[in-house]
Amino acid sequence: MASAALATAPAAATARGAAPLLAVRNLEAWYGESHVLHGMSFDVAPGEVVTLLGRNGAGKTTTLRSLIGIIGKRRGSVTFEGRETITMPSRSIARLGLGYVPEERGIFASLSVFENLTLPPQIKPGGFTIEQIYELFPNLKERAGSQGTKLSGGEQQMLAIGRILRTGAKLLLLDEPTEGLAPVIVQQIGRTIQRLKQDGFTIVLVEQNFRFAQTVADRHYVVEQGRVIDMIPNPELEANIEKLHGYLGV
Amino acid sequence: MFTIFGIPSAALFGQLLLGLINGSFYAMLSLGLAVIFGLLNIINFAHGAQYMMGAFVAWMLLNYAGIGYWWALLLAPILVGLFGILLDRNFIKPMNDNNTKRSFVMVITSVLAMVVITYLGVNPSLGFAISVGIGVVAATLWDRFGPTFVALGDQHVDHLYGLLLTFGMALIIQGVFRNQYGVSGLPYGIPPQLSGGQNLGFMFLPNYRGWVVAASMFVCLVTWFVIEKTKLGAYLRAATENPTLVQAFGVNVPLLITLTYGFGVGLAALAGVLAAPIYSVNPNMGADLIIVVFAVVVIGGMGSILGSVITGFALGLVEGLTKVFYPEASATVIFVVMVLVLLVKPAGLFGRAQ
Ligand SMILES: Nc1ncnc2c1ncn2[C@@H]1O[C@H](COP(=O)(O)OP(=O)(O)OP(=O)(O)O)[C@@H](O)[C@H]1O
Ligand SMILES: [Mg+2]
Repeated sequence: MASAALATAPAAATARGAAPLLAVRNLEAWYGESHVLHGMSFDVAPGEVVTLLGRNGAGKTTTLRSLIGIIGKRRGSVTFEGRETITMPSRSIARLGLGYVPEERGIFASLSVFENLTLPPQIKPGGFTIEQIYELFPNLKERAGSQGTKLSGGEQQMLAIGRILRTGAKLLLLDEPTEGLAPVIVQQIGRTIQRLKQDGFTIVLVEQNFRFAQTVADRHYVVEQGRVIDMIPNPELEANIEKLHGYLGV
Repeated sequence: MFTIFGIPSAALFGQLLLGLINGSFYAMLSLGLAVIFGLLNIINFAHGAQYMMGAFVAWMLLNYAGIGYWWALLLAPILVGLFGILLDRNFIKPMNDNNTKRSFVMVITSVLAMVVITYLGVNPSLGFAISVGIGVVAATLWDRFGPTFVALGDQHVDHLYGLLLTFGMALIIQGVFRNQYGVSGLPYGIPPQLSGGQNLGFMFLPNYRGWVVAASMFVCLVTWFVIEKTKLGAYLRAATENPTLVQAFGVNVPLLITLTYGFGVGLAALAGVLAAPIYSVNPNMGADLIIVVFAVVVIGGMGSILGSVITGFALGLVEGLTKVFYPEASATVIFVVMVLVLLVKPAGLFGRAQ
C-alpha cells in the first residue's frame, strides 16, 4: 500500500501552490459505533476540481457528509477559508459557502421542480440566476411545474446541481453525479463541470468512473478504507494507470 | 315546516349544523396534529390539553385582566403556543436529539423549587407555575453553559416515546387545572357582536355557531395555503421529507421545527377559544375530544394536511346525521368508521402507504 504518511502529515502542497480553500486533516468519522473514516487528509485550492476516487465503501460519501457536517460523530480538522468547521452544525457550514449534491440526489417529492430549484436559501451574493440555470439545463425550465421526483434520473441530477448554483456557494461537493446515467447526459454533466470551473467554482467530485473524472479534474485523491492513500495529478494519470487499476480493482 | 324521510327539517338541519360545528373542531385539531406529526414525527397527545388551555387562557384573560373574546382569539393561541415551544425545547427536542440531560435539569430543578414553594405556603397552582418557570431558566442556563452538544437531527425516535411523553404532559396539565378550577366547568359568554341568530326559513342559525364554522374553515384554508403554496411551506414540506438535507442547505431546521410545534399548539388553543362559549370551560374538555380527534386522524391518514381537514368536517357531519337517524350509534359511529377504514385502507383515506 502507498504512503501511510499521507494520512498523518498534511497532504502535499496543492498543484497551484495557493493557500487551500479547503484543508482536511486527520478527519475521522463514525456511524454510531462503526468507525468509517480513519484520518483523511487532503487539500483543495481555490478554483480546483479535485476528485475522490475509490472502491465501493471506501468512505467517499462519508467524507463529503463530514465536510458538510451531517454525520453523527466526526473528529479532526476541516478548515474552509481558514475557518475551523469541525464543531459547527451543518447549517452554519453551508452558510460559509458550501453547496452539497448528495449521492441519492435528494430531490423532494412534495415539492415541484421550481420549488426544489429555489429551496436552498441564497447564502452569498453572486450565485446563478434562475435564467442562467435554465440556460444550463433547459429541461428544468420545461418541467418547472412537475413534481420533483417525476423527473428522469438525469433531470433529477441536473436539478440537484442546479439548485446549489443559485445559492452563491463557492465550493461544490458533488457525490457521483454521473452514476447510472446515459452517456449523453454524462457528457452534459461533464461540460457543466468544466463550465463551472471556468466560472471559478471549486469542486470536490466523488467518482467511480475515472475515465470521466479525467476529463474534468486537476487532481485525484485515492481513498481506501477511510484514508487518502495517494494523490495523482491529472496530467500524470495515464502514466499511473496500472497503479490506479490496482487501487480501484478494475 | 316540512319533513325529510319522516324527520322534521328543522331537526335535521339542526343536527347537521351541530355536526358541522363538531366537525370544525375535529378539523382544526386534526390539522394541528397532522402538521406536528409531519415535521416532528411525534403524535402530540397533549393536543387536547392544549385545546383546553386555550379555553382557560381566554377565561383567565377575561376574569383576571378584563380582556375580552376578540383579543383572546389572538392572545390565547400565542400564549399557549409559547408554552408549547417551552415543552418542545425542554422535552420533545431533547428526546428526539437523544440528549435528555436538559430535561433532567428542568425536572429536578422544578421539583426542588416546588418543595420549597409548597413549604412557603404559596397557592399550589401558582407554585407549580413558578417552579416550572425556575426549571425552564435552569435548563436554559444548562444549555448555554453546560457541555456543548451538536444535534444531528436525522435519527428518528420511536413514535411511542413521543406519544407517552406528551400523554404524560397532558395528564399533568389537566391535573393542575382540575386542582385549581374543579371539574364543574366555568361559563364563558358569547361576545355581544355574535349573540342572536338568523332565521334561514328552514332552520334557525345562531350567529356564534355560524361564526365558528366560518372561522374554522378560514383557518384551515389559510394553513393549507401556507403549507402548500408558499416558500415557508416549501421549507416545511422539504424538512418533513429530509430534515438533514434541508439543514445542509443552511436552513435552521431545529428552529423551524420548534416554531411549527408552537403553531400546531396555537391552532389547538385557537380551537379552545372558539369552543369556550359553546361548551363550558372545563379541565376535561380536551381529554374527551382528543380521543375522537385521534380517530379522525387515523381515518384521514396521519400527516395529510388536506385529508385531516376534509375528514374532520365530513366526520362531524356523519356524526350529526347519525344523531338524527340512529341516535344510539352517534357516540360510536366515528370509531366504527375508523375500524372499517383501517381494515380496507390501513394508511387512512388520504394517507400514503409506507
Ligand atoms: N448509514 C450508515 N450506517 C453505518 N455504516 C455506514 C452507513 N453508511 C455507510 N456506512 C459504511 O461506511 C463505509 C463507507 O461508506 P461510504 O458510503 O462513505 O462509501 P463510498 O466510498 O461512498 O462508497 P460508494 O462508492 O459505494 O458510494 C462503508 O463500509 C459503509 O458500509
Ligand atoms: Mg458513496
